[in-house]
Amino acid sequence: MDTQTQRILTDDMIAEIRDMYQHFPVKKAACIEALKLIQKHHRWVSDQAVQELAEVLDMSPDEIDSVATFYNLIFRKPVGRHVILICDSVSCWIMGYEKIADYLKQKLGIQFGETTPDGRFTLIPICCLGTCDRAPAMFIDEDLHRDLTVEQIDAILERYP
Amino acid sequence: MATIYIDNVPYEVKDGENLLQACLSVGKNLTYFCWHPALHSVGACRQCAVIRYRDENDTRGRIVMACMEPVADQARISIDAPEAKKFRAQNIESLMINHPHDCPVCDEGGECHLQDMTVMSGHNYRRYRFKKRTHLNQYLGPFLHHEMNRCIQCYRCVRFYNDYAEGKDFGVFAAHDDVYFGRYEPGVLENEFSGNLVEVCPTGVFTDKTLRKRYTRKWDLTNAPSICHQCGLGCNIIASERYGSLRRILNRYNGDVNGYFICDRGRFGYEYVNSQRRIQHALKQEPAGQWQGLKKDTAIREIRNRIRAAKRVIGIGSPRASLESNFLLRELAGAEHFYAGVSEKESRLIKEVLHILRHSGVRTPSLKETETYDAIFVIGEDVTNTAPRLALSLRQAAKNQPKEKAKALKIADWNDAAIREVIQGQKGPLFIAAPYATRLDDAALATHQAHPDEIARLAFAVAHHVDAAAADAELPEKAKAFARQVADALVAAKKPLIVAGTSLYSPSLIHAAANVAMALKKAGKEAGLTYTVPEVNSMGLMMMTDQYLEQAFEQVYSGQADMVIVVENDLYRRLPADQVDEFFRKAGTVVVLDSIAHRTGEHAHFVLPAGTFAESSGTVVNNEGRAQRFFQVYQPRNDIQSTWKWLQAFVEKEQLAAANLDDVIQQLTMAYPELEGVREAAPGAQFRVGTQKIPREPHRYSGRTAMLAHINVSEPKPPEDPDSPLSFTMEGYVGTPPAPLTPFFWSPGWNSVQAVNRYQQEVGGMLRGGNPGRRLIEANGSSLQYFTDIPAAFHPDNFHWNIVPAYHIFGSDELSALSEPLQERIPALYLALSPADAQALQLQPGQQAELNVSGQTLRLPVVIRPDLPGGYVLVPKGWEATAGWLFPVQSSLKPMQV
Ligand code: SF4
Ligand code: SF4
Ligand code: FES
Ligand code: FES
Repeated sequence: MDTQTQRILTDDMIAEIRDMYQHFPVKKAACIEALKLIQKHHRWVSDQAVQELAEVLDMSPDEIDSVATFYNLIFRKPVGRHVILICDSVSCWIMGYEKIADYLKQKLGIQFGETTPDGRFTLIPICCLGTCDRAPAMFIDEDLHRDLTVEQIDAILERYP
Repeated sequence: MATIYIDNVPYEVKDGENLLQACLSVGKNLTYFCWHPALHSVGACRQCAVIRYRDENDTRGRIVMACMEPVADQARISIDAPEAKKFRAQNIESLMINHPHDCPVCDEGGECHLQDMTVMSGHNYRRYRFKKRTHLNQYLGPFLHHEMNRCIQCYRCVRFYNDYAEGKDFGVFAAHDDVYFGRYEPGVLENEFSGNLVEVCPTGVFTDKTLRKRYTRKWDLTNAPSICHQCGLGCNIIASERYGSLRRILNRYNGDVNGYFICDRGRFGYEYVNSQRRIQHALKQEPAGQWQGLKKDTAIREIRNRIRAAKRVIGIGSPRASLESNFLLRELAGAEHFYAGVSEKESRLIKEVLHILRHSGVRTPSLKETETYDAIFVIGEDVTNTAPRLALSLRQAAKNQPKEKAKALKIADWNDAAIREVIQGQKGPLFIAAPYATRLDDAALATHQAHPDEIARLAFAVAHHVDAAAADAELPEKAKAFARQVADALVAAKKPLIVAGTSLYSPSLIHAAANVAMALKKAGKEAGLTYTVPEVNSMGLMMMTDQYLEQAFEQVYSGQADMVIVVENDLYRRLPADQVDEFFRKAGTVVVLDSIAHRTGEHAHFVLPAGTFAESSGTVVNNEGRAQRFFQVYQPRNDIQSTWKWLQAFVEKEQLAAANLDDVIQQLTMAYPELEGVREAAPGAQFRVGTQKIPREPHRYSGRTAMLAHINVSEPKPPEDPDSPLSFTMEGYVGTPPAPLTPFFWSPGWNSVQAVNRYQQEVGGMLRGGNPGRRLIEANGSSLQYFTDIPAAFHPDNFHWNIVPAYHIFGSDELSALSEPLQERIPALYLALSPADAQALQLQPGQQAELNVSGQTLRLPVVIRPDLPGGYVLVPKGWEATAGWLFPVQSSLKPMQV
């Protein structure tokens, strides 16, 4: 497989990134936004993407990767089509998130940090989602699901083919 | 000054410092990790906790990080309060949760800041009984070994590598308990100062691979205070030996020179000392091609006879030999028959530098002072590759103007994170005009690439902008704008610094730099002027003689001299091979003293094994005019000895024949009053602390009675050192010796390099009793007129291509290039040219081009460099095939015919 010839950053994406840093005194400032953009298109940020972005932003791959690996929502390994982020912080813990998590793990047949073999779901724990009053809570992609009970899970997952 | 109370005892400390620095300066033991005297404070590790009280009535106080608190008069703190102690012990315990229990197999063990701090904090029992987080290590090149599991997340490495040295290929990755310090992917660490991580990292994450190959604990090493011989800056180093081989180089703090850091050439380029190419015994070649070993006495007798029989003996000295060795040669041959072993071109350049240093009235700063200038103009030098450590200082100086913003906000000098937040990577006025893009360009506000003659013209024009009385040169448009920008920035600065050097072999460039500096001084600026020079003792040598190599050749050609003594010099690196061949054909008896076998040695009738810096003592003078003493590390078990000691056997003068180093220096300063300061470079051999010598070995040195037992069961008498107050054993004074005599840094409770704290008057400041070295030249008055030798504008010539030298930190220096770890980093010889020229000549990258330099044909692979403006080409300086070229050379140029 020849990954070298196939670029991850398309011309459109590069144009978009240029647009981002135009608003800042230094190109570096667009780093996080650019990583998010890459992820929007590719779901995760590969080594190749890091190298290509480094060129666009006049940074070293090391600098880009320092940022990319620091943020837990920038994925440096492939993830599934849908990413489940289940809150494991204190309110959700009190409200029994563990039951939900266990159910998810059992239903999907994966542990935290893993992706289902069909590439559909990745399951990741996350800290407080800021919705403690409606704990336990989880994100799937961009959707927030609150007041979770084990019973609801099947139906929720149905919505993410 | 301010008075602070530490555990109710008053201390006088310096204003403007932080409390950690103040506590350490008054001799307190306070633990710390992230703070570093050159990298300052970020408050990241929480290890320097103390209790700070509001006033004497406050009995509770609150925990603060000493490194983040400014010294304030009447401040009251406690180091010993139980809460503070407990905090520090618990903090270290948590920092070490993932730290392996591997001290016995860790290269840092025994000289580890983490060990020291752990003991100091009182945390001596490890309670964590769970699985530890582990990391994969990376290959980082031939210099550094990586062992990430030992990391305690202090962030010093990134703060040195990325923030201080401004390297780009290193970083910190991931978050929480999984932080990783290394490269994006395994590979050679590119920064020229990477080796400092060995000393900056307080644990065993980054350790010296060259030491690792022949590992020895700190306490088992024999050490000497030495001077790096790998460029003209003369950084202070500690050189260490065991079992007859040199095992590592460490930085030796000198508050005026290298401070806490040296370059990788200096740190890892020492292995030529252990090389197979070392000459071990006296040799005789007679008849030609037949070599035989000689006993020392026989060699001396035979050479003596030849000298007596000779009509005239001439001596060829060397810029890589000490003052003492050159001086003995001068005494042997006579002043009028002593020649600097460098070409006329080079000798004139350095003479010019000396002349300007003596008479321009502009100060030449030390490396440390360099960091106080606020605008810099580099003229022609690829500093990182010709005088590496200077580049690191220039990077710091370039940050001075942006830092003003932080000062205006009343942010203290040591508050590193806050300062960085304010300056946001903004660049200060550093300008570089060089024949090609240099490794310092990323720190520069603007750069300009041009042929050396055009750079000289540009610098003349800058001087003229500053002072209309200085000669002016017409410039092309682009250069004109650059010149104006530079001149304006220099005039706007308080302390502008001009940096130039001998690397392009252009006297007018040296003059132009002087013009700029003098014009700035005239304009009322506190201007500085730094010249780099090629070798460790280039300056010292040219302070001793005006005569150069071609004149020595003339002596032979005219039939006046029939015997030649060459000292620590490969003449093939000084002049084109055909000239040197010719010289040796006619030279009569040739005696060569050197440490390494080379082409010059092949022509000798007698070869004597000379010591390198590791087996000799002597004095060298750096680019700043600072005389610095280096001391023999160990006594080799063969006939190797200092060149000057060999030469003693041949001098007539009684005072010299049996003299020790001090006596030689005495005679030297009588002959050269300007070198008087050499005497003060270090205490003489008679010096004692009480009645005691200074031991080269730590008091824990082991194996002494056993290490030679396979030869003789009774321990041999230890060698004596008549030339210095240092002993070759562990016996002697245990404590802080005078700074120039410090063979290692060690203090009770402080086993790591950071014991240097205890050797300084105040932490990060001057060494006790003053920093070593004596400046021999001070800028007095100003009797110089502006120079007017503006070179003609450069016009490319497609039949005679101008070849300009390119420099490489790894490769351009003769001796370090022979060191194995460096060899991996030395690029293959190449020819670089601009894209347009390459196209015109139909040369592709990697293709062989054919050059013809002084009758010698050379084929080199082509490299295309977009930074080159065209009209001239680059070839690396110092490789065997190019070492003797008298740059700038000319050559025809064409693709190799297949
Ligand atoms: S590698 Fe060393 S210097 Fe870097 S953070 Fe870890 S302990 Fe500190
Ligand atoms: S800068 Fe020069 S003197 Fe200093 S360590 Fe490097 S090679 Fe040695
Ligand atoms: S703890 Fe789960 S949303 Fe706050
Ligand atoms: S040394 Fe003060 S917090 Fe690290």
